Amino acid sequence: MEKATFRIWRGDANEAQYVDYETEVSEGMVVLDAVHRIQAEQANDLAVRWNCKAGKCGSCSAEVNGNPKLLCMTRLNDLPLDQPVTVEPMRAFPIIKDLVTDVSWNFKVKEKMKPFTPRPPDEEDGTWRMEQEDIDHIQEFRKCIECFLCQDVCHVLREHDLHDEFIGPRFFVYAASLEMHPIDTENRLEELKNQDGIGYCNITKCCTKVCPEHITITDNAIIPLKERVVDQFYDPIKRLFRVFSS
Amino acid sequence: MQQPELTLTEHRPFQTQRKDTWWVQPMAVFLGLGLFIVYATFRVFEGNHFIHGPYLTPFYSPLLFIPKHFPELFGPESDTVRHALNHSVFRSTMPSWIPGIITPAVLILWAPLGFRFTCYYYRGAYYKAFWADPPSCTVSEPRKGYRGEHSFPLVVQNIHRYFLYVAIVIVGILAYDVWKALWFDVNGETKFGIGIGTIILAGNVVLLGGYTFGCHSLRHLVGGVVDLLSKAPIRRNMYNCISCLNQRHMLWAWMSLCWVGLSDFYVRTIAVTGWQDYITF
Ligand code: SF4
Ligand code: SF4
Ligand code: FES
Ligand code: FES
Repeated sequence: MEKATFRIWRGDANEAQYVDYETEVSEGMVVLDAVHRIQAEQANDLAVRWNCKAGKCGSCSAEVNGNPKLLCMTRLNDLPLDQPVTVEPMRAFPIIKDLVTDVSWNFKVKEKMKPFTPRPPDEEDGTWRMEQEDIDHIQEFRKCIECFLCQDVCHVLREHDLHDEFIGPRFFVYAASLEMHPIDTENRLEELKNQDGIGYCNITKCCTKVCPEHITITDNAIIPLKERVVDQFYDPIKRLFRVFSS
Repeated sequence: MQQPELTLTEHRPFQTQRKDTWWVQPMAVFLGLGLFIVYATFRVFEGNHFIHGPYLTPFYSPLLFIPKHFPELFGPESDTVRHALNHSVFRSTMPSWIPGIITPAVLILWAPLGFRFTCYYYRGAYYKAFWADPPSCTVSEPRKGYRGEHSFPLVVQNIHRYFLYVAIVIVGILAYDVWKALWFDVNGETKFGIGIGTIILAGNVVLLGGYTFGCHSLRHLVGGVVDLLSKAPIRRNMYNCISCLNQRHMLWAWMSLCWVGLSDFYVRTIAVTGWQDYITF
């Protein structure tokens, strides 16, 4: 059986180092399989979060060779195994232990966002009528599995640590799914511009590249929201038009 | 085996665990855009060799005035001056109070350059390639502070839609230039024909059109702003067309940039050498 070396980040917030583990690998294995084998055979105390092993729960997010990835969906035969494979926790969030990070900041961000606010029901039985194509428009945003890889790769969070001023690509996707919803009536543009810091995004598209659900985060969520913010706050003609029409 | 201790939050410039050649793409963007900027700057201030027969280079279109020195250089009745006046919006030479450094291109090139400079695609690309902000995804930056487009100066990028309006007019003008590039002087007569230059200029309009009409701001203004597109079928169809171009916006951006440079280079080359390109009559 072929052998490969995994350079795994071991430790907590106070003390940590990379530790090399050599283990056997076989065809069809993913990085999570290798980490589990190392955990079973060499490092019983190695912490790794996982759940579905099918790329659907978003638990096993980490960084493989410097790229944010789902460990369960990263196949070993796509990696150069002649050199050590680096496996690290996500860098944008506080580390708990080894490969496990504390992603609770994301849930707090979500709690603060204006919730879905539908118009009054269209029918007496309390239901709404929507056209399929109007829903199709936002359907891709609903594929999000909250793996937070996009948050991890975003340099505004990862590098500049602007967690208090910037909600990150995941929540722009969420905001877009609400703002563009055919029956939502809420306006979130003021928050997007100020508290949520959409202006910090400089459209590098790193989030789109890492999304395991292939959501076109930048082009279909962030830029359209930026344009709506321009309508409301920066475009003098639109502002003038609003003054006259009101 | 244990490795030396490191911390996840300490960022050294250009530090990364990536093992691929992450620097190739930003380097290619740097060289591509850098080359274009150098060439365009040279051409803008050259103030000459921008017209040959009915071909006008896109760098000098729309031609508001012809350069002051043209009638003297080529003769007031020359073909070059006649064609230049025919293209000129005001049908006259540059007013004498305008300093010599202001060529006809200086008067108009702010528009296409501003359009590209504020384009969402180019922004993301040159922030990486020219400002290392970040150098590439998950590669550490050389600076600590960051304001992005949240505040001045980069908040000004939100002006993009105004450059778009001008760019749409310019695409129309360039299409009109192609029409003009179909009519050649042959022994004192005007004849219809298609030259290599005509094809090059037409290609420029197609690629520039693909780029301009795939703009994110246009996509927003036409349909993105509407949540109930099903109730606006014309806007929906336009939105779908624009979205289709928008998906390849990066490709259109590069193809149109290269082609506009090539168009200018072609017109300059035949203007300098006096070559007659192949024309079908
Ligand atoms: S496109 Fe914007 S949100 Fe996405 S990674 Fe880049 S800066 Fe962050
Ligand atoms: S948008 Fe994509 S990358 Fe971001 S949390 Fe959702 S699934 Fe993960
Ligand atoms: S374990 Fe669920 S996504 Fe990897
Ligand atoms: S976004 Fe690229 S031209 Fe408008």
